[in-house]
Amino acid sequence: MEPRIIKIHNSLRAVTKVFILLFILCPSTIDAQKVYTKNGSVSFFSKAPLENIEAKNEQVTSVLNLATGEIQFSILIKAFHFKKALMEEHFNENYMESQKFPKAVFKGSVREHDKITLSKDGTYPVTVSGDMTIHGVTKQITTTGFIKITNGTPSATATFNVKPKDFKISVPKIVRNNIAETIDVSIACTYDQTLK
Amino acid sequence: MLSFRLFGLFGLVLFNIEVFSQDTTDLLKQIEVSDTVINSSYATATFKSTRLINGHTVESLGKNVLDFKISHRFGKLNGGAYNLFGLDNATTRFAFDYGITPLLMVGIGRSTFEKTYDAFGKIKLLRQTDESNRVPVSVSLASIIAVKTLKSLDTSRKLNFSSRLFYTHQIIIARKFTEKTSLQLSPTYSHRNLVRLASEPNNLYAIGLGGRQKISKRVSVNAEYYYQLPSYKLSGTNNSISLGVDIETGGHVFQLHFTNSQGMSERTFINETRGGWDKGDIYFGFNISRIFDLGKKH
Repeated sequence: MEPRIIKIHNSLRAVTKVFILLFILCPSTIDAQKVYTKNGSVSFFSKAPLENIEAKNEQVTSVLNLATGEIQFSILIKAFHFKKALMEEHFNENYMESQKFPKAVFKGSVREHDKITLSKDGTYPVTVSGDMTIHGVTKQITTTGFIKITNGTPSATATFNVKPKDFKISVPKIVRNNIAETIDVSIACTYDQTLK
Repeated sequence: MLSFRLFGLFGLVLFNIEVFSQDTTDLLKQIEVSDTVINSSYATATFKSTRLINGHTVESLGKNVLDFKISHRFGKLNGGAYNLFGLDNATTRFAFDYGITPLLMVGIGRSTFEKTYDAFGKIKLLRQTDESNRVPVSVSLASIIAVKTLKSLDTSRKLNFSSRLFYTHQIIIARKFTEKTSLQLSPTYSHRNLVRLASEPNNLYAIGLGGRQKISKRVSVNAEYYYQLPSYKLSGTNNSISLGVDIETGGHVFQLHFTNSQGMSERTFINETRGGWDKGDIYFGFNISRIFDLGKKH
């Protein structure tokens, strides 16, 4: 072959090797799509004729994998704080039995995960569905929410309802008018940490 | 040769793809899920109330929480049917207990029995930790002062105010063994300014022993025993033995019990119990506790 062509051929091979190498090394950038937080917040509100009950948990662990859309939450029940100490005691001892069931867990996926990229700031409405386990009982839950990208950091918000009855949380008749049959739950998590 | 290389590179790429799409069904396991919660790593609700039956438990009230307590002790069961087994007679005590901080509480009360006023302060010195056994027990210190305002029948001498005073100090040590079982020990020191006879000591020592066993989420069975150390037992008195049931409903705790102590202030039930279980000097009684949260409303 002509020396010039040999040269081009060699550089092409080199370039191809570099490209292939880059392609092999690439996955680590895609892995930056696994993000998590250890201080997400979950709060709930119960509106009933005799009493309103409200509590907030700011130690929620949540992981989000934007590449696959998987989203998971781990909520320590004892980390829910109420304004009234006695209410918190009853919540743990009598209703949630947090000694037996210390955590509530959600494992699900974000349907529209391929529409979201970390590089593009914006607010994306999403649908999340998966299994929610509270008080030892697992139920399928689907809700809408938002994933917002701000400066490359994702954050998720959603509000949905749960029924204590669905999770075998028994409410005695005597306090029927103190605890709502449907509880409003709100979550807000900012995924500021990346899983390597 | 080229195809070999290409094949090798292709294989490498494949292998890499495989590694990156590992089983991600448990993402939560991949991050260290910390189970310790800063504020809630203490054992809570060792007992359902700040009193077991007659005596103090290691529990205190939350901050700005008011506990209104009404206690009744009826007459002796051996009073027979004529006295409706004691229901015809009753002594009562009502009290207001208040939580200044989650560790410090105070209270004042008044009993009809010997017209006694009492006031106390209780402070939590140590709290049992949950899960880990770093701190195995909860310890509280309670100090009670009582004033017996009943007019003396002995008109030959004037009773000074100081002669009406009784002090009781307790170190309460409790452990929540399981979700259902808690036990406590209360070494007690009492001081009375005025004694009946010169031979009687002003300082008395006793040890309280108490426990509760939950039989359902809201109901528990309690027992309490105050053992007076031999040389510090006033003549004619017995050790206080009580058995009871606690029922908790929302903001109330109802405590129903049988005891051989007629009085409800420390100086009476610890040091001056005259009833004997063997003789049927058993008083049926109850305590009702109602919690009011006086904290700022949102």
